[in-house]
Amino acid sequence: MIDFDQVVMNFGEKEVLKDISFSIKSGEIFTFIGPSGSGKTTILRLIDMLERPTSGNISIEGTDVSSLKDRDRIPIRRKMSMVFQKPSPLRGTVFDNVAIGLWFRKVSNEEIKARVPEALDLVGLKGYENRKAGTLSGGEMQRVAIARAVSTKPDILLLDEPTANLDPASTEKIESLISALKERFGITVVLSTHDMVQGQRLADRIAVVIDGRIGQIGTSKEIFYHPMNKAVANMVGVENIFEGVVATNEGGLASIDVNGASIIATTPLPTGTPVILYMRPEDITFHLIDGVKSSARNEFTGRITKVLPMGPNARLKIDAGVKLTAVITQRSYEELDLALGKEIGLAFKASAIHVVEQRSS
Amino acid sequence: MSEVVEGIIQAIQLIVSLDEEVLEITARSLLISLTATLIGSLIAIPIGGFIHFKEFGGKRGLVTIIQTLYALPTVLAGLLVFLLLSRSGPFGFFGLMFTPAGMIIGQIVLIIPLMIGMTLIALSGVSRTKQDTVISLGATETQTVITIVKEARFAILGGVILGFGRAISEVGAAMMIGGNIRGYTRVLTTAIALETSMGNLSFSIALGIILLAIAMLVTGILFLVQER
Repeated sequence: MIDFDQVVMNFGEKEVLKDISFSIKSGEIFTFIGPSGSGKTTILRLIDMLERPTSGNISIEGTDVSSLKDRDRIPIRRKMSMVFQKPSPLRGTVFDNVAIGLWFRKVSNEEIKARVPEALDLVGLKGYENRKAGTLSGGEMQRVAIARAVSTKPDILLLDEPTANLDPASTEKIESLISALKERFGITVVLSTHDMVQGQRLADRIAVVIDGRIGQIGTSKEIFYHPMNKAVANMVGVENIFEGVVATNEGGLASIDVNGASIIATTPLPTGTPVILYMRPEDITFHLIDGVKSSARNEFTGRITKVLPMGPNARLKIDAGVKLTAVITQRSYEELDLALGKEIGLAFKASAIHVVEQRSS
Repeated sequence: MSEVVEGIIQAIQLIVSLDEEVLEITARSLLISLTATLIGSLIAIPIGGFIHFKEFGGKRGLVTIIQTLYALPTVLAGLLVFLLLSRSGPFGFFGLMFTPAGMIIGQIVLIIPLMIGMTLIALSGVSRTKQDTVISLGATETQTVITIVKEARFAILGGVILGFGRAISEVGAAMMIGGNIRGYTRVLTTAIALETSMGNLSFSIALGIILLAIAMLVTGILFLVQER
């Protein structure tokens, strides 16, 4: 439904997008995750035809829009709606704000009077019609912006960091609204966010955007557990990245040599293959050093070198021959009587390791 | 000093007694300057909109020229229109020299740069995101321009009021093109200049008070408009 083919976008000397290709299917929630300034917003603006690509093709519902005249873009743009990171209240009431897209489309006044309350109801702002848009809170205005965008009944909804400036309660409301829009109306939602957890909660598929390129496209499971390269792994919080060589491989269960330490992982790659290993910090478990075997294939003893409290959890840096990053709940941390410099037993399953062949580049 | 005090007392008497000549001059001043402001706005706001929304070569240079012309000396505006309207000038056949219509043209020339400039400032005060929002909601080019102008309407109105203030308070163009003909082209500013030179201070002071009151009213409206 939305196809980018080798799209390049330059602003002056600056290359913002470098050879971007992807294809978004009808009815899915597709999320672009990436750090600020990686080019996510530009991708959304290109879809909405607010910018023209420097090169490459963009097609929407089968129409190549990259070379269309401004006038011919309007009918296609009217099938979409975009919500910007910073919602812009226009002068006048909430009603005026929500109705404006319908006025542009010359929808009859009767229908506008029916559709505006409907859209406001959907975003949980029933009865807000006569309020001045300028007096709303950030979260309310963002919901008005969504109501304004959906009142036109678009096929495609573009949301640029819709919750970046909002408090957690407003964020939750908007997230459940996004899911509801997809489920109730089958709208294709294209979302950008720097919050990878939000991406995971909402998206059918995720594209990781790093420095103007797409690092990987896949389901959240694929992205979060099977990152294709180091940049994607760093972005999605896979903090344990090791380089090694397959030492032995027996029926898919390989022993991998990492700086002298041996890590067991599942991979079809043959002996001698240089590989990169990825593991999420949450996949490491802890136990006392008491000789009791865990069911996990990999067992190590390590020393805690750094403790970083993070709300109910703590992030630990551990030296176990290989340097590991792990997450433990504060409760377990206290129960295991852990402290900086202390020795601890740790374990992780062979299946927790994602093995990727290292290509010389 | 007593002359001034006497003048002020007489001036107040002239105003309170609704002196016919004072009223007539005030009404003419308002009529000429309001007309100039109205016609000037109808020219300046669309030009400002065009410059804002269109990309063309020399845009920056044009904006700089417009900004320079904010300070166009009134006598130069007067001279320019004089050259155009005088009997030997290109528009001499209209016979507009020494008429209120000629004065209106002079004031329009004077205030248009200011009003175009204020329109530009007002429109660029509307954020880029707002404009993108309007476009993304499916507006045509015309709908976008109308919506953005509406968004900026109070700031644009502020520019219009400033233009009126400049028009009603200028004396150069009014004198050169209007000629200060009693009962025909005499306005507040030209009357003050003349009466003062003739030593008729109380009359000048009366007109001065009225001019000042109009200026204060204009500033007051401007303040209210920009508070919104």
